[in-house]
Amino acid sequence: MSETLTKAAARNIFYGGTAFFFVVFVALTAHSVTKANAIAAANPVTPSVAAGKHVWEKHACIDCHTLMGEGAYFAPELGNVWVRYGGREDAAGARDALKAWIQGQPSGIEGRRQMPQFNLSDQEIDNLADFLKWTSEVDTQNWPPKVSG
Amino acid sequence: MKYQSQKVALYYFAGALALFVAQVLFGTILGTIVVMPNFLSDLLPFNIGRMIHTNALIVWLLMGFFGCAYYLIPEEAETELHSPKLAILQFWLFLFGAAAAVVGYLFKIHEGREFLEQPLWIKLAIVVVALMFLYNVTMTVLKGRKTAITNVLLLGLWGIAVFFLFSLYNPDNLVLDKMFWWWVVHLWVEGVWELVMASVLAFLMIKLTGVDREVVEKWLYVIISMTLFTGILGTGHHYYWIGTPGYWQWIGSVFSTLEVLPFFAMVVFTFYMVWKGGRQHPNKAALLWCLGCAVFAFFGAGVWGFLHTLAPINYYTHGTQVTAAHGHLAFYGAYVMLNIAMFTYAMPLLLKREPYNQTLNMWGFWVTSSAVSFMTFALTFAGVVQTHLQRVLGMNFMEVQDQLGLFYWMRLGAGVVTLIGVLIIVWSLVVPGKATAAARTGYQPAE
Repeated sequence: MSETLTKAAARNIFYGGTAFFFVVFVALTAHSVTKANAIAAANPVTPSVAAGKHVWEKHACIDCHTLMGEGAYFAPELGNVWVRYGGREDAAGARDALKAWIQGQPSGIEGRRQMPQFNLSDQEIDNLADFLKWTSEVDTQNWPPKVSG
Repeated sequence: MKYQSQKVALYYFAGALALFVAQVLFGTILGTIVVMPNFLSDLLPFNIGRMIHTNALIVWLLMGFFGCAYYLIPEEAETELHSPKLAILQFWLFLFGAAAAVVGYLFKIHEGREFLEQPLWIKLAIVVVALMFLYNVTMTVLKGRKTAITNVLLLGLWGIAVFFLFSLYNPDNLVLDKMFWWWVVHLWVEGVWELVMASVLAFLMIKLTGVDREVVEKWLYVIISMTLFTGILGTGHHYYWIGTPGYWQWIGSVFSTLEVLPFFAMVVFTFYMVWKGGRQHPNKAALLWCLGCAVFAFFGAGVWGFLHTLAPINYYTHGTQVTAAHGHLAFYGAYVMLNIAMFTYAMPLLLKREPYNQTLNMWGFWVTSSAVSFMTFALTFAGVVQTHLQRVLGMNFMEVQDQLGLFYWMRLGAGVVTLIGVLIIVWSLVVPGKATAAARTGYQPAE
C-alpha cells in the first residue's frame, strides 16, 4: 500500500468517516421514525392490534412464516394475508376464514408441512386478525409484487 | 502462547465447538423436516427447531469471539489478563444462559422475535456477561500495550454490546419494531462483527506470515473504514419494504453494493500478506482457514449479498430461498471460518501439541466448505425458481414449495455432509494427532 497514507492518517479517516456516516444514518432513521409514527397516527395501533402482535410473538410465528418478507421462509408470507383472504372486500368473511384455518391445524396430511395447534382463544384470534389487518395496511412500497406473497 | 492467562480461551473454544455441532445438527433436522414434513412434527415444531439452530449459531460465534479476544489481547497488550477468574466465571454464566435458553425453547418459552427469541432475563444476563467481558479485556488493554488490533477489536466488541441493547426495545408499532430490530441484526453482522473479523484476521496475518505490523495495521484501518462507511448506510437495504420511506431504496442499493469492497479488500489483504511474508509457518491449516475465510466471506457476504441487494431485484427476491442461500454462505465464510481459523491457530499452542493434526483439519476444511457451497447453490436455484413462480407468475406459496423438492433434497444431502465435515473439524482440534517424522522435522518454533 502506498507510502503516502500513514497508519495514523488511515486511523483518523476511519474514525472521522465512521462518525460522519453514523450521524447521517441516525438523522435518516429519525426521519423514518416520524414516518412510522405517522403510519400509526393514520391507522392507530389499537390495544387489540398490540395484543395481536403479542400473540404473533408468543407463538414465534416468525420462525416459520415471513412478515413483510422477514422470517423463516418455511410457511407463507402473512404481511398481506388479510388481502389474500379478501379482507378488503369482506372483513367478516376473512376473519372467519382465518379463524377456521388456525383452528383446523395441524392438518395431519401426509407430506404436507404441519402448523401446530396453538389453542388460541377467540379473543386471541380476533387480536391476531386485527394485527394482520393493520400490517396489511402499512405502505410497503407496493411489496409484495403479487398477492400470493 | 506467551501468557498463562491466555488459557482461559480454551473454555470458550470448547464451548463454541460443542454448540457448533448442536447448531449443525439442528440444521440437519430442519432440512429433514422440509423434505419430510411429518418428521418430528409433534415433538419439535419447525419454529422451535429453527430458533435453536439460529441461536446456537449466534451464541457459539460470540463465544468464539470472546475466546479469540482472550487469546489475542494478552499477547497484543503484552500483559496477563486482568482477571482470568472473572473470565472463567463469565464463561460458565454464558454457557448456562445459552443452555437455559435452549431448554426454555423446547418448552416454548421465548419472546418470539426472530433471532432475539431469548426471554428478557436471558437478554439481561447476556448484557451482564458482556459487561464482565468488556471490563476484563478493557482493563487488560489499559494496563498494557495499545495496538491498532486491540483498538479495533475492542471497538467491535463494545459495539456488539451497545447495539444488543436495542433488542430490549420492542414497540407495538411493527414498523418501528422492524427498524430497530435491524439495529441489532444488521449493525452486528454487517457492522461491528466485521471489525472483530478484520482485527482477528490481522492478528493471524502478523503471526502466520511475519509481515511487519505497521503494514498490517494500516490495511486493517483501510478495510474497516470501507466496512463502516458502506455498512452503516447499507442498513438501508433492509428498509425497502417494511413501511419505511422510499429513499432507502436508493441509499440501501448504493451503499450495500459498496459493502462488497471491504470483503474484496480482505481477499487482497490476506493473499498479499502471504505472498509478501514468504514465511513457511508450520501451521498450514490455520493459514488455509484464514485464506478460506476471506474468500468465502467475499463470495457469501459480498457476491451472494450483491445478487439480491439492488432494490428493483430485491422487490422480487425478498424473503425467498435466495436470502437463505446468502445467509448460509455469508455466516459460514465470514464468521464460522474466522473462528475456526483462530481455533486452529491457537489450540495447538494452548494445548502444547506440536504436531498439529493438520491433514485431518484440512480435510475438515474442504469437506465442510464444499458441502456449504453445494447447499448454497441448491438454495440459490430454489430461490430463483421460487422468485419466478411466486413473485412473477403469482403462484401460491405451497404450490411453489412443492416444485422445489429436488433442491431441498440436495440441500439436505449437503447438510449431512456439512455435519460430517464439522465433526472432522472438531475431532482434529480436540483429539491429539500422532507425531510423524515429517511433522517433527517440519516444525520450527514460531508463534
